[in-house]
Amino acid sequence: MGKISGAQAIVKCLQEEGVKTIFGYPGGAVLDLYDALMDADITNVLVRHEQGAVHAADGLARVTGEVGVAVLTSGPGATNGVTGIATAYMDSIPLVILTGQVPRPLIGNDAFQEVDIVGITRPCTKHNYLVNNIDDLVPTIREAFHIARTGRPGPVLVDLPKDLQASKMTYPEKKPIHISSYQPNYNPHPVQVEKACRRIMKAMRPVLYVGGGVTLSDASKELTELARKLSIPVTMTLMGLGAFPGTDPLSMGMLGMHGTYTANMAVAESDLLIAVGARFDDRVTGKLAEFAKKAEIIHIDIDPTSISKNVRVDIPIVADCKNALKAINKWFSSESINLEEEAGRHQAWLATIKDWTDKHPLAYKENDTIIKPQYIIETIHRLTKGKAIIATEVGQNQMWTAQFYKFDYPRHFVTSGGLGTMGFGLPAAIGAQMAFPDRTVIDIAGDGSIQMNIQELATARQFKCPVKIAILNNGYLGMVRQWQELFYDRRYSSTTMNVVPDFVELAKAYGAVGLRATQKSEVEPVIKEALATDNLVIMDFKIEQEEGVYPMVPAGKATTEMLLV
Amino acid sequence: MKHTISVLLQNKPGVLSRVTGLFSGRGFNIESLCVAETLDPNVSCLTVVSRGDEAIIEQITKQLNKLIDVIKVTEMTADKDFVEREMALIRVKAEAHTRAEVLRVIDIFRGKVVDVSAKSYAVEITGTASKIQAVIDILRPIGIKEIIRTGTIAMCRTAKTK
Repeated sequence: MGKISGAQAIVKCLQEEGVKTIFGYPGGAVLDLYDALMDADITNVLVRHEQGAVHAADGLARVTGEVGVAVLTSGPGATNGVTGIATAYMDSIPLVILTGQVPRPLIGNDAFQEVDIVGITRPCTKHNYLVNNIDDLVPTIREAFHIARTGRPGPVLVDLPKDLQASKMTYPEKKPIHISSYQPNYNPHPVQVEKACRRIMKAMRPVLYVGGGVTLSDASKELTELARKLSIPVTMTLMGLGAFPGTDPLSMGMLGMHGTYTANMAVAESDLLIAVGARFDDRVTGKLAEFAKKAEIIHIDIDPTSISKNVRVDIPIVADCKNALKAINKWFSSESINLEEEAGRHQAWLATIKDWTDKHPLAYKENDTIIKPQYIIETIHRLTKGKAIIATEVGQNQMWTAQFYKFDYPRHFVTSGGLGTMGFGLPAAIGAQMAFPDRTVIDIAGDGSIQMNIQELATARQFKCPVKIAILNNGYLGMVRQWQELFYDRRYSSTTMNVVPDFVELAKAYGAVGLRATQKSEVEPVIKEALATDNLVIMDFKIEQEEGVYPMVPAGKATTEMLLV
Repeated sequence: MKHTISVLLQNKPGVLSRVTGLFSGRGFNIESLCVAETLDPNVSCLTVVSRGDEAIIEQITKQLNKLIDVIKVTEMTADKDFVEREMALIRVKAEAHTRAEVLRVIDIFRGKVVDVSAKSYAVEITGTASKIQAVIDILRPIGIKEIIRTGTIAMCRTAKTK
């Protein structure tokens, strides 16, 4: 075929990779790319801030499992994307970020809108490239997609000099990708599987500790099969919510700093902790020396660096979660295993667990008039039948959602776990809505975090994303205020927001629908109306101002030392 | 405990930066670092000496392996036989009454004089890190003006019997 420009080649490559939607913001260094995009059968979502573009691509990736794509210009465009890239990196989300760069002769010369984005994002990308040669352009982008979606997924950045985008080239044939120095291990070692299964057979008080890896690996079905077959109780990390049905009797809810009493006690008393696709993060472990002290640990993870990083593991299995769980399920399906006997052995343990839940269920002080944020989440769950895609911002809003919205399906909970980025929710919800225009997508936010990327309301309107935003409005930066209340003598240093916009008026200013509730009785009608409205909706809930998230494991304490409601 | 780690890398721009960034980002220490092309111009070999307990070294090795451009990581532990070498250029004071002594010491350690002036000699010494340290310790009382060291490089020994 004839010669095409680098920009056209990039677009062709994106189409080859199955990309249907990209999020971005044009600028000088990506003029050629945007020109080529105009002729492509790809939806280009113009955001209002580059951070929004990366978060939106991230949201799309989380709900579909596909690689999210964002296009940013050079200099400030790229640096504005760094928070989004770090967010995806911490949660292992597959993204390809295409950044424009100044022409090659100007690189390193302090040119206009030039930054060393490859240098800046080296620590927060799975890998990154600066394309220096037109012959490397398409192979690099293909490789970028391969790296983003394989092994432990992650964001990959490709820096594209402007003169390269304009150069003429012949589009290269597709070749199989082989990177000799990158060979992730997907299949579990049979010896390790055997060891793990035999150990599970001996366990009296097993616990399945499930993380984001199960969702990334699409292993929900295999996990659910294993848990139910052997009657093993399950606890999920924030990133693992939805990987196992939250309404299942075996589910103990989330564990860790704001996890349920039951989940934390179960881990502390367990004799076998089966970690699947989780990384023993400090929010989960609390004081490391005390974590799961009585348990032997089996750890299934595709990333060897996560195994025995914080907590010594007894039986490591480096593999893709789905493959490992399949192998374990297969082992337990053999005729010689008496499944009833296996499940029966755990009944006393399950009774102990039920006892904990009866004594200290997730609870809050209810009120007849003042709106409690937990009540809002419960109502949203009820009215959406637990089937909506829920995005959250970060802080108390995020924790209450994790506690009170029982997620039964994977890829329905879109939240920034590892980095904890405020301002993530709204653009991520937009990304999710673009992926699934017919599903209900809700962003649960605080009055602080919603303002971090509020400009994306325009994006949602322009691209007809009828996201429902529920603002838990307490006039404070809630989570920080809670810590100041508990540990800093209620000295609310810079956590009081005396000026908060009238969100209902703000919604109207953007051509969206604004609703407000100030009393408990108004909550359900507002949510019902929002769900029935075919437009972007902001629901401003004036909630109890000093409500806290409980249980809470204070920093540095063991997870058994929880503060309860 | 000191560990010598040999890393084979793709010889591409930025790869060294990735390795050093990994060490600094995760708080691993670098006592010395030496890197150059190997027989294959597309592959470089990097030798890093680091200090830490077993758990730290395990993490360093795994994190290095995780980098896309890292081909192979070999941890030269005590039970693996390996050849270790380093070079140092030492400028030592050499006044009239000590000049002969300096030359005698250098000769004993099989070093070479590479620069001469009225008041000093610059000497080149090659050997294990402990040999280099021994030379420095012997020369220190005479008066060392400057030391430049390369950092350790290491190569596994071959099996002597089948």
